[in-house]
Amino acid sequence: MGAFGHYLVSHFSTLRLEFWGLLVGGVANGLIYGMVAVGYTLVYGVLRLINFAHSEIVMTGGFTSYFVLRGVIGTSIPNGWATVGVLVVGMVAGGVSGAVMAMLVERVAYRPLRRRRAPQLAYLISAIGASYFLFNLAGKEFGRVLLSVPQPYINHPIFSIFGAPVQLYYLVIVIASVGMLILADQFVGRTRLGRGLRAVAQDSETASLMGVDVNRTIALTFALGGALGGIGGFLLGLGTGVVYTMGFVPALKAFTAAVLGGIGNLRGAMIGGILLGVVESLSIAFVQPAYIDVVAFGILVLVLLVRPTGILGERLGRAA
Amino acid sequence: MRRLTESLRTPTGRRAITSIATMAVVALMTGPSGSATEPTAGPVGSYGERVSIFGLFAGPRWFLFLIFAAIMWGVWTLWLQRGTQLRSAASMALTVPKRGFALKPVRLVFYAALIAVGVVFPHVVTSQYWQSVMVEQIAVFVLLALGLNVVVGFAGLLDLGFVAFYAIGAYATAWVTGSLPTPAPFGVHLNPFFAIPVAIVLVMVAGILLGTPTLRLRGDYLAIVTLGFGEIITIFANNLYGITGGSYGSGGVTGKHGIPHFSINLGPIHYRWTLNPVPYYYLTLVFVIMFIVAFSLLEHSRVGRAWTAIREDEVAAESVGINPLKYKVMAFAIGAASAGFAGVVTAAQTIFIFPATFTLQVSINILALVIFGGMGSIAGVAVGAMVIQTASMYLLHTPPAGYQPADLYMYLGALLMVTMIFRPMGLIPSRRRRREITLAEAGEGHMNEVLTGENP
Repeated sequence: MGAFGHYLVSHFSTLRLEFWGLLVGGVANGLIYGMVAVGYTLVYGVLRLINFAHSEIVMTGGFTSYFVLRGVIGTSIPNGWATVGVLVVGMVAGGVSGAVMAMLVERVAYRPLRRRRAPQLAYLISAIGASYFLFNLAGKEFGRVLLSVPQPYINHPIFSIFGAPVQLYYLVIVIASVGMLILADQFVGRTRLGRGLRAVAQDSETASLMGVDVNRTIALTFALGGALGGIGGFLLGLGTGVVYTMGFVPALKAFTAAVLGGIGNLRGAMIGGILLGVVESLSIAFVQPAYIDVVAFGILVLVLLVRPTGILGERLGRAA
Repeated sequence: MRRLTESLRTPTGRRAITSIATMAVVALMTGPSGSATEPTAGPVGSYGERVSIFGLFAGPRWFLFLIFAAIMWGVWTLWLQRGTQLRSAASMALTVPKRGFALKPVRLVFYAALIAVGVVFPHVVTSQYWQSVMVEQIAVFVLLALGLNVVVGFAGLLDLGFVAFYAIGAYATAWVTGSLPTPAPFGVHLNPFFAIPVAIVLVMVAGILLGTPTLRLRGDYLAIVTLGFGEIITIFANNLYGITGGSYGSGGVTGKHGIPHFSINLGPIHYRWTLNPVPYYYLTLVFVIMFIVAFSLLEHSRVGRAWTAIREDEVAAESVGINPLKYKVMAFAIGAASAGFAGVVTAAQTIFIFPATFTLQVSINILALVIFGGMGSIAGVAVGAMVIQTASMYLLHTPPAGYQPADLYMYLGALLMVTMIFRPMGLIPSRRRRREITLAEAGEGHMNEVLTGENP
């Protein structure tokens, strides 16, 4: 056995004791990753590039919902239907601001380059610039400290799964994100605008000949992904507070989730998100918390090297 | 009302809106900073007092910025009318010095004069602050930018974790001089000069190890993987207390002795560098000149041409017998070498090194130097690095009202974006890049994967 065997045995016993608790936390985090991942995957499906500024869309959603919640509830804690109302208001604030910011980023950092037919490298650099500009601007305006979001509820356990308590916050995440993911999936799959989006993803030239406004569709793609990213930012902020750098790590993980599930593939993003959240959470039993990000990143490199198309494969043409 | 919205839709109206929006953003950027208790102090003053949207227009600053917006709109409109004329006049004026520069004697005199200026410089600028800045923040960053230029400019690969190689170089120096908590290799404490080969080997090996599996990936995946690599190196440096000293820096918790200075002991010659920045400046100047010469030769060699070919069209390059992976890994390893040098200089000069010196922000800072100066242009990158680093150090030294040190990255981010939109070839374009970009704009030459959304 030796030292390594002892290490495994002791850590597996930790894992057995903590399993359900870690699983619940992992699924909740993973759903947020999945929601943010949809933004990456949609933009990738249409433009074939990774929107490096997506992390700042998450941050925008977090900050906007923070200010709205601060205005709406102040220091009191609502209960009953008022809690639901406040949560909906927060989601709308996060989603709308995220969508607006995503469209702004597209307009300012991408469209001039598209017009000029710039090489791919130019888009990446421009988007990185946009990301750095935005989060540092937020840091300047709102201070570079963690602000805790006013809580619309008292976060006590609602029920338990195999002895692991499930807090209200987790329940909110599950309901909100599953709802939004289903909505997004249906929107892309069933509506007229969604059909336009898929058509552009499949073949933009033909789509434009068939009367799809390509520029508007690209803006719509950014808006849809941005709305989900903004809501993700609201949910993240509700749990851990808002700070100007809040988008960076979750977005990196969401990107990993998007690749894991198969980039360009909407359902893959959700599955990849949940999977990444769970693996990351369970790895807490084995490594020190400081190295959790290393685990997520190791998964990314592994997936890129072994199966770059992800679990469900790239379904670029069918972004649904 | 309807007439107003219609007039806003005209090109003139759009220019007006864009001017006002740009100046509003500039006003936010240069305005007062917010804080935790008053998170909106920047844009609207105190949160409690001026929640009204009209709070936006309370101060005279806003009036000033409206005037700026008007000026911007006027200049923009004028440029659209007379811009082509001005541009052709400017290029006419530039052709004469360009032709002169093509002559070899003129060029040699120019380079000699530049070196002379570099040698005399620390005797002109005698301020202690600027002398140390010249080494730590300018010369070292010129080295770093030259290295990243090989990767981004020559080979066209976006490396967002370049700081990792800088960190490896610095920690390797601390290691072989016996200044880390972990013992030096074979228990021998070396002079930092001998750390150079060790650091170079280590960074090149790291470059090859990182590059071989990941350089097959698409450009944007590569960017994310290198970004993660940089983060991981920082996480390890921050947490491996027994080896790197963790967040306490190279001295560790126990406060071990610092990294020794460079010293020469060659027969009768004994020289030891000290805390005085001037000797370090000359040493780094030698390194910079060395790398500029080496990279210029490399650019026009077979390898440099292979990089250009891969960057312009990988499939075509492969079909004429260039192995893209081999040359990309080479670019990674060679670019890393100069970062290794920069790491050695930083370690020896600052005596103690800390993980906080090697963050992602530094990677972005170096990237901004390369992009602003001109991807692939050695002169451009060197000049760009000097200009930006001097400006940022000036801001740090004498901050204008409302400027915080961390705001720098806001400006650098904006600079990256603006450069990419308005002048993608950078301050001093390289000839190859300029031709590439013109070709791409004309819709030929470059492989264009990105959807343009508009029919030519």
